[in-house]
Amino acid sequence: MFGPLTVKPKNSKGDKTGSWRTLSRPNYLHQNCIACRMCLMICPEGCVSGKEKNAFSVDYTFCKGCGLCADICPKKDIEMVSEESKREES
Amino acid sequence: MENNPLFKSGHTACAGCGQAVAARLVIEAAGANTIIANSTGCLEVFSTKYPETAWGVPWIHSLFENSAAVASGIEAALIYLGKKDTTNVIAQGGDGSTGDIGLQAISGMLERGHDILYVCYDNEAYMNTGVQRSGLTPFDTNTTTSPVGALSSGNLRPKKPVPEIFAAHGIPYVATASAGFPQDLTRKVKKAISIKGPKYIQVHVPCPLGWRHESNQMLPVARMAVETGLYPLFEYEFGVITARKQIMPKPVEEYLKMQGRFKHLLNNPGEIKKVQDVADNNIKKYNLKLEAQG
Amino acid sequence: MKEFLEGSHAIAEIIKSCQPGVISAYPITPQTHIVEDLAQMVSSGELKSQFVNVESEHSAASVVLGGSATGVRVYTATSSQGLFLMQEVVFNIAGMRLPIVMTCANRAISAPINIWNDQQDSISLRDSGWFQIYAEDNQEAVDFHLIAYRLAEDKRVMLPVMVCMDGFILTHGMETVDMPEQDKVNKFLPAYKPLYKLDTADPISMGLLADPDYYMETRFAIQETMRESIGYLFDISKEFNNVFGRDYKDLLVEEYQVEDAEKVIVAMGSVCGTIKEVVDEQRAKGKKVGLLRIISYRPFPYARIYEALKDVPKVAVLDKSVSLGAYAPVAVEVKSAFFGKKKGPKVISSFVGGLGGRDITMETIHEVFRRLGAKEVNFDFVDLKPELLKEEYGE
Repeated sequence: MFGPLTVKPKNSKGDKTGSWRTLSRPNYLHQNCIACRMCLMICPEGCVSGKEKNAFSVDYTFCKGCGLCADICPKKDIEMVSEESKREES
Repeated sequence: MENNPLFKSGHTACAGCGQAVAARLVIEAAGANTIIANSTGCLEVFSTKYPETAWGVPWIHSLFENSAAVASGIEAALIYLGKKDTTNVIAQGGDGSTGDIGLQAISGMLERGHDILYVCYDNEAYMNTGVQRSGLTPFDTNTTTSPVGALSSGNLRPKKPVPEIFAAHGIPYVATASAGFPQDLTRKVKKAISIKGPKYIQVHVPCPLGWRHESNQMLPVARMAVETGLYPLFEYEFGVITARKQIMPKPVEEYLKMQGRFKHLLNNPGEIKKVQDVADNNIKKYNLKLEAQG
Repeated sequence: MKEFLEGSHAIAEIIKSCQPGVISAYPITPQTHIVEDLAQMVSSGELKSQFVNVESEHSAASVVLGGSATGVRVYTATSSQGLFLMQEVVFNIAGMRLPIVMTCANRAISAPINIWNDQQDSISLRDSGWFQIYAEDNQEAVDFHLIAYRLAEDKRVMLPVMVCMDGFILTHGMETVDMPEQDKVNKFLPAYKPLYKLDTADPISMGLLADPDYYMETRFAIQETMRESIGYLFDISKEFNNVFGRDYKDLLVEEYQVEDAEKVIVAMGSVCGTIKEVVDEQRAKGKKVGLLRIISYRPFPYARIYEALKDVPKVAVLDKSVSLGAYAPVAVEVKSAFFGKKKGPKVISSFVGGLGGRDITMETIHEVFRRLGAKEVNFDFVDLKPELLKEEYGE
């Protein structure tokens, strides 16, 4: 007989940590992006994805609103907006 | 990287956690053909709470002080199975599990020459249990077991020179890195993985909760530690320094004022001078000062 | 094939036959000869294992934990202080359901430091979730290691096994042992097929944090598995007998002249050889005495002990260990086999002896039978030297 023992990554969906956001979230302006990928690299959650210029985006299911992507963007193309403000669907 | 993430979203690290950034960069640099042995600590707890796991690679947690020994066993088994040449082995943990309770096991692993990369995520205290001081807590830091009071300005001992201790073992590669310099960290991990034998990388990782700074300040704080000379970035190969990041040194006060754990020093020039001495000694010892261009 | 050899060397030989992929151990008297022999075999090429010389027992256990988690058969050995140093890893291994086999060369516990035999070390780890089987002689010590791997690696079990053999008495004793031939070992012990392992082809996370919503079931599962294993031990013993022609019955106990006995001693390990000699001597004089030898200490065979001793009027349990501040460990468990039952001995007396390697002679056993009378002895030491004791501390 076995109890809870191991977990395979494919069976793990993760906690919906987007619900942690209370203050602000990142808004990708998609204007001056040079696709340097620093936002993707620096995100502690790994929830930024993208490849082409002005085409990077955040998975808000997991984004905790820490603001590191906005801080690192060399083109200031990411701004932190109030979490209360309406989110535009892309 | 996105299609098959090796460190997935949905873990429960604090927002803006430097260790989460570094851990993701390390495994992405090492690649999918990697097995990780992880010590008890923040990283282990926030990434593997049953029934969730953030890890897309084979991963094992045993105890607090034995990840280096567990990794040694994994490496030995891989050699026995004929798979070591195609599989990387990483042992990782925080500063407490590395420099204090796990020092012996790592020393043994290095001495035996296992082909393993050990990564230490240095947030300079036992963060997971509530910000208690470790051997790597810097001088004059306020922690819960080295608290500031009438009789004390915080942790009164110098930071344990763990990279030098491991470099003294004569291993092929020892490096310090910082979550504030992510590309440099990635480069160092890739370089280490390409070397056969024992390797050590110590990554400075800000902790918004333990260091008392805003979640979005991880990068400036980490960079300032390097730019003051308080956290030198260097590489040792076989016990000899072969590279260092040179800086135009900034006064340590620039770093101290960014974090609540040092706020007791700000009106204390005598103590600030002592911290400046630590930085100045590093700058001299590692030849960190960028010479002015003529 | 029959060989006359030192116990440690016999163990090294049988481990060689089991072909572990990773061996790691830290030297401690009296286990050292086992590990030195294995190192020699690896060095000469006879044994194709990875031999990892570690810097402590905590690391030795951790190395075999990592090796086993990677899907490879492993081996380690220790005693006394070494077992205690690796205690948290020992519990960790059972909790992670890794089928590791360890030899415990039973030795006394410090302080004071004492390198000679008693069973305090393994008995102190009885709660760990490891199987514990105790050998009476070197033939059993050898056979039990084979049985240990077979039991541990059984898909229904996946729990570690500690084979306990009395330090010096068995490890350094020279005996004639029928060493199992390799082809028979291969027949009895199939190649290890792990249920789960660290493999980049199929990633898995092991050793997760289990909060109050998940933890208790892991303990229940081990407890259930141990309970079920009482039956598996019988099946494995039959398989063993078929291949090697040695019958360990249910692998739980050995009844030696118990059937019509009026007095029976219960004991574990090599002291049982001495007890059997005394039983023979007394039986020759018409005294109805017997020995119940416990082989499997974990899982503890409550039902089997009840069955064996329910009609025996007087039982003495001879512990080679002690639980300071309470009754002796084996005696307590033997007594609890009868509590609340209709039948059972009128007297169960408890004696502790042999600690720190003090010899248990035939005279000691005669004395135990003598003291096993109508009045129950709750707890007493045998062969104590009162002249060494004083009420007040002083030079």
